[in-house]
Amino acid sequence: MSADTNEGQERKFKRIGTRPIRHDGLDKVTGRARFGADYALPGMLHGVMVRSPYAHARILSIDISQAEKVPGVRAVVTRDDFPDVPIGWIPAGSTGVDLGANARTVMAREKVLFHGHAFAAVAATTELAAREAGKLIKVEWEVLTPVLSLEQALAKDAPILHEGQETKGDHPTPEGDSNIANQVCFEGGDIAAGFEEADVIVEGHFETPMVHQGYIEPHACLANVREDGTCEVWCPTQGAFGVKGEVASIAGIEPSLVKVTPTEIGGGFGGKIPVYIEPVAVVLSRKAARPVKITMSREEVFRGSGPTSGSRMWARIGAKSDGTFVAVETKFDFEAGAFRGSPVGAACMTVFSPYNCENFRIFGRDIVLNKPRVAAYRAPGAPIGAFAAESLIDELAMKLDRNPIDLRIQNAVAEGDRAKYGPRFGTIGFKEVLEATRSHPHYKAELGPNQGRGVAAGFWFNAGMQSSATVSVNDDGSAVVRTGNPDIGGSRASMALMCAEELGVDVARVRPLVGDTDSVGYCDPTGGSRVTYATGMAVIEATRQVVDHLRARAATIWDIELDAVEWQDGNAVAINGSAEKGSMSLEDIARKMRLTGGPIVSSASVNPPAAGPGFGVHVCDLEVDPETGVSKVIRYTVVQDAGKAIHPTYVEGQYQGGAAQGIGWALNEEYLWDAEGKVENAGFLDYRIPVASDLPMIDTVIVEVANPLHPYGVRGVGETPIVPPLGAVANAMRHATGIRFHRLPMSPPRVLDALDSDGASS
Amino acid sequence: MTLETSRFESPTDVEGAVALLAAEGGAKVLSGGTDLLVQMRLGAGAPQVFVDVKRIPRLMAVRLGSEGLTIGASVPAAEIFENESIRSLWPGVAEATDLIGSTQVQGRATWSGNLCNASPAADSVPALMACGAVAVIAGPSGERRVSVDAFIKGPGKTVLRRGELVVEFEIPAPPPRSADAYLRLIPRTEMDIAVVGAGVQVELDDGGAIASARVVLGAVAPTALFVEAAASALIGSRLEDAALDAAAAASRAAATPIDDRRGTIAYRKKIAGVLTTRAAKIAFERAQAR
Ligand SMILES: Cc1cc2nc3c(=O)[nH]c(=O)nc-3n(C[C@H](O)[C@H](O)[C@H](O)COP(=O)(O)OP(=O)(O)OC[C@H]3O[C@@H](n4cnc5c(N)ncnc54)[C@H](O)[C@@H]3O)c2cc1C
Repeated sequence: MSADTNEGQERKFKRIGTRPIRHDGLDKVTGRARFGADYALPGMLHGVMVRSPYAHARILSIDISQAEKVPGVRAVVTRDDFPDVPIGWIPAGSTGVDLGANARTVMAREKVLFHGHAFAAVAATTELAAREAGKLIKVEWEVLTPVLSLEQALAKDAPILHEGQETKGDHPTPEGDSNIANQVCFEGGDIAAGFEEADVIVEGHFETPMVHQGYIEPHACLANVREDGTCEVWCPTQGAFGVKGEVASIAGIEPSLVKVTPTEIGGGFGGKIPVYIEPVAVVLSRKAARPVKITMSREEVFRGSGPTSGSRMWARIGAKSDGTFVAVETKFDFEAGAFRGSPVGAACMTVFSPYNCENFRIFGRDIVLNKPRVAAYRAPGAPIGAFAAESLIDELAMKLDRNPIDLRIQNAVAEGDRAKYGPRFGTIGFKEVLEATRSHPHYKAELGPNQGRGVAAGFWFNAGMQSSATVSVNDDGSAVVRTGNPDIGGSRASMALMCAEELGVDVARVRPLVGDTDSVGYCDPTGGSRVTYATGMAVIEATRQVVDHLRARAATIWDIELDAVEWQDGNAVAINGSAEKGSMSLEDIARKMRLTGGPIVSSASVNPPAAGPGFGVHVCDLEVDPETGVSKVIRYTVVQDAGKAIHPTYVEGQYQGGAAQGIGWALNEEYLWDAEGKVENAGFLDYRIPVASDLPMIDTVIVEVANPLHPYGVRGVGETPIVPPLGAVANAMRHATGIRFHRLPMSPPRVLDALDSDGASS
Repeated sequence: MTLETSRFESPTDVEGAVALLAAEGGAKVLSGGTDLLVQMRLGAGAPQVFVDVKRIPRLMAVRLGSEGLTIGASVPAAEIFENESIRSLWPGVAEATDLIGSTQVQGRATWSGNLCNASPAADSVPALMACGAVAVIAGPSGERRVSVDAFIKGPGKTVLRRGELVVEFEIPAPPPRSADAYLRLIPRTEMDIAVVGAGVQVELDDGGAIASARVVLGAVAPTALFVEAAASALIGSRLEDAALDAAAAASRAAATPIDDRRGTIAYRKKIAGVLTTRAAKIAFERAQAR
């Protein structure tokens, strides 16, 4: 759809912007909604993954003979049951894909690369028998020294995770095999001259830990390979088509034989884009000739799925005394985990892109080590980089004695300015968001003793990508809208709203569905904040085609020209010379469908190359107990540009959810490792995501600067909200305690330690 | 032993429970199950027999008289906290009970489970010790009474012998002008295990000074700990700064915590001091108000 169809600014919406009850709400609040683990088939076996006791070891041999003898066991699989997919990076967009690495993440081949890495799986009539059998699998290991920190990974004589892995990417790369998988660098202007010109320079070293997405639903799947070789998979996933492709490639099946049905999904945040168990369930089912279900425990989720990178960062900003940025520079090292693919590239692209600055050098390295392989996590990489950048901007504001929002407005990008990674921004709402924050009552409220206020901004590209939608009209005039995007954040309600707006009917008359891979056109995953934007576009387009059909049917019934029929709020209205025909409702036309040409169904597919970027600013008030180091977020406000909020409640939900996750990341979340690389806190008791009582009601402000790329002006909103909180909380901590924390999380023992050492340990 | 091969029994009197526990070494009392079942899921294995004691009327009874409180061992935390008399007489015990887990967990969790699980971090235990609570134990050779402070022998170890179970708790009526308080520190606001817990009980003399005191720390030693030196520091004072500082120092000195994923040694020692003074102030104010 082209920009000239945009009505975001002018159009008066009737249903867009209302807050109907979500269509899936009743089933969810009554516990009837069926999530991954709720699926079962007759004769189903229980599959379990068998996981590595070492963080780094070569598999010399595997003997499954004893395991196969356990009563009830129907299949034991190892690397030998999977095709050997070669390792190799295939660039795709801003990242890429390595099918061989994906296969090895699911089932170890030459080596296990992290503690908990699956190297076998068992299917049996009971889960217990499968677990017992798992213990009887004999492996001859050559235990290798694990690489457990960035320092160790970069050391001269470091053990190499992947023999033959040479550093790819920008700028002088090390010679020979290396744990540095990739380097990225964005440069502009003259960095040395820029810092030369600066009146003030702020700089710092920062560290963030590896953290998990922490979705509430553990991974689960049910697979059934039938006699004819066709294969069905049910699983909670962000993208059923992605699962289909991965299952085909990793299990070695023709893609055309695989059908994937996405179940209801309890959170993903990027962590349910990759597959962990689906190809294994398929291979077990193929071997046992029975359906197989695998359900991961929470402990397995922590050890074997997710997370996002830990990081070590250095950054500096040079500015004129009037606050103008003249040079920015970073060196980022990101943990990729077992295989290349940390989000360091996105971190580099986003980190200083909200601000104009001609001289820049943004450098980052993607480093492998013996920890779980990272997966996407909500705006991958951006929160980490923003923690460094937004902390430094806060320092700069203090040095220059400037209001931190004014300083940001002074340097903020606007339409036509260039992002550090190249392209120019289109219509964006960064300044509007900053201004809305400055005038918000929260920003002006008084603070009490031991309280501090932090502000930080964040930016995320948002994605377009491929989406399809099908809209069909029922003979009672109601409609069904079907897409292939699993609904994680209320998107079904938004799809129904967009369809209802175009049709001009009550949203309750539109039933939104998420289809399986055989029943809808291709859809890229629910990710990249793209569904309401791109899939929404497909829904609008398909519905407009349906409206054209409806007009044509009315024209047929009235026996007038199509041009003489307009669609007005759910009715065909005859115009021009035919006005005397009056109008005909959608119901009337639908009732006569069989007489006027049969069913009305339309599909549309889109592949927008770009989306509208999202900018957000957060304000955090933190109170710190100076005797215990315990901090509490007492007030928090998220201000963000949504372009156009289709269903404001779910826009607010995204703002609040991202803030909550970011606050957890800032204050308490971290993996704790023992000396051998085993996660010590593989559960929610000691991996501390915030609980409801930890947070205040998070206030939200929806700014709407219409996105010209979308017919209603929509921008994705799902990821931007997790970008600012790390900086916002750290800045609040700085103002509450006088101490600048460079290392996350700012957990009570660390805060007290820093307070008692006057910041020496921060 | 696995769940599939375990047996489930729910006796309706104490004798029945004792008989089951005495007959089978692999029998375990099931009270609220919020420790037992969780540990089982984490791989501790299921007992041969679950002896669910919640059908025994005596273990679910609450009797409050001039002597004090006699309360069944399996009365759930929620019921205890919702009992206004208990809350006003032993506010510290009540608040410790209310800290266990969450609303859902408290619908099940019990004092006997908290005590018999013998975790150094149990929240109700320091509060019960500060009030001089006693556990009544029934077994094959009759009943015996063991004060809560002598009940736990070490992490996971108690004085219970084969065939024995806790049937009720007794808490003596608080002396006039006395009160208790309990505080704990966790990084979050709920659903967490104490990094440090502190229970304090004080009794005032006619002049309003502290006549007697008990200070108990949790999570800083293998078992909950009476800190005599901290209590002595408080006695005779009206919580002047010097007395509070001395009490805090005594608690820091008495604490012998470990470094683990919930806190470092240094942090726990500092917090032991902070919570001692804070709990003492609350108990003192409450006693003054009586
Ligand atoms: C999510 C969650 C949060 C928690 N938070 C806290 C917290 O904040 N603070 C805290 O202190 N604890 C906490 N706990 C631990 C637990 O809830 C408490 O220890 C609770 O008091 C245990 O009581 P229960 O009745 O459920 O014990 P059970 O699990 O029934 O029993 C525990 C042990 O005691 C034995 N036992 C129980 N009753 C008797 C008896 N009458 N005689 C002899 N032996 C007996 C059992 O055999 C078992 O070994 C938490 C647990 C969970 C799951």
